[in-house]
Amino acid sequence: MYAHPFSYHRAGSLLEASKLLQQLGEEARLIAGGQSLIPLMKMRMARPSALVDINFISGLSDIRRSDGQLRFGALARHADIEASEAASSIPIVHDCATGIADVQVRNQGTIGGSLAEADPSGDWGAVLLTLDTSVRCSRPSGERTIALDDFFKDAYTTVLGHDELVCEVLVKQPPAKSGGAYLAFKRSAPVYATASAAVQLTLGDNDTCKDVRIVLGCVGLMAIRAKEAETVLRGKKLDEKRIESAVEAARVAAEPQDDMRGSADYKRVLIAALVKRAIRLAERRARGEQVEAGHEYVGR
Amino acid sequence: MSDVEKVLVRVRVNGEPREALVEPRTLLVELLREHFNLTGTHIGCDTTYCGACTILLNGRTTKSCTVFAPMAEGGEIITVEGLSENGKLHPVQQAFAECHGLQCGFCTPGLLLSTVHLLSKTPKPSEKEIHKGIAGNTCRCTGYQNIVKAVRAAAVEMEKR
Repeated sequence: MYAHPFSYHRAGSLLEASKLLQQLGEEARLIAGGQSLIPLMKMRMARPSALVDINFISGLSDIRRSDGQLRFGALARHADIEASEAASSIPIVHDCATGIADVQVRNQGTIGGSLAEADPSGDWGAVLLTLDTSVRCSRPSGERTIALDDFFKDAYTTVLGHDELVCEVLVKQPPAKSGGAYLAFKRSAPVYATASAAVQLTLGDNDTCKDVRIVLGCVGLMAIRAKEAETVLRGKKLDEKRIESAVEAARVAAEPQDDMRGSADYKRVLIAALVKRAIRLAERRARGEQVEAGHEYVGR
Repeated sequence: MSDVEKVLVRVRVNGEPREALVEPRTLLVELLREHFNLTGTHIGCDTTYCGACTILLNGRTTKSCTVFAPMAEGGEIITVEGLSENGKLHPVQQAFAECHGLQCGFCTPGLLLSTVHLLSKTPKPSEKEIHKGIAGNTCRCTGYQNIVKAVRAAAVEMEKR
């Protein structure tokens, strides 16, 4: 399949990329890993007049820990994050990186591109909203750092200006006695998940849940913070009854639609099951247990 | 034909320098098949699903239907044509032949490259690691049993080298 014709521009630096976007106008788009954009272009659901390729800019792929933060260069590939020891220090981040699509897609797709694309079914958005995440962005007029909570505006839409690009993703290291888990259910490895649940919590004294964030993926136009569900658990003991109430609140918060991946009713049942398991797994990890989580599909 | 400016793409394919002047929207798989006549890399679904177009780009498996050719500039590419040496099959190819790891053969070039990549990262893969390593390659004939067997056999053979 052929994409609509476009002109191709290779940027040597972030500044040059921004300036190219300015010059080429609103119909120009950035391309990084291309694993979301290229399929959209081939289906003609996106028809940029020009592409600005940032893959040749060096020094944008680093993953490192500093000042209590995990820092990801915008071009860090999912596979780099999967293999990174630093990134594995936050288990929910590893859950995400290790199961996105398949090996080939993880080898190309980038964390910065995933956030900037704001695909409603993207994995990183849901996972990183459970953590204190911010996005460092730059444009010729200057730099700013945006909290991820304020970054997404709508499906496929962020607050980024046309000439503004993501340079780094910053994730604050969670406090002691924290744990998280990401569960994404998909029909096979290469496809987007049918539904996903990301839970990150911190235990306090007497086994209470000191803090928690619950985010639902693929069941709305954006990843959904299930704040009511969080309120049910915050400051309370994680007993069966409480968890059931939180799960019910999450189920109500979901806004799924019927599509080829399943009916809205089916997705509500699925999201409830995923949230319940993710809370339990997050709790066990917060206690220091080594347990597996991540994407689930036939043949895994 | 569109009137956009063509782009010169220079790559190394199976060790040989190659170049072509192409429209930017040319996919890497089309560059290989149409411009370099390397038709061993197949186009299956053309939607980033099936993995028939899998090649190695700078040592990493990539679906070549999901890369625009100019993005591969300067890259080192290995296709199925580059696996055998001096007329002798690569151990992964040999294992697929011996274990009957294929039937119609359409997905095989992609699976071979995915297996080469998997074994380069994980020389002794567990059953689970094999499943995960080839999850991006769809085979509609075999049911995967013999493919998994072939990957295991290739791992043993390559260990001996």
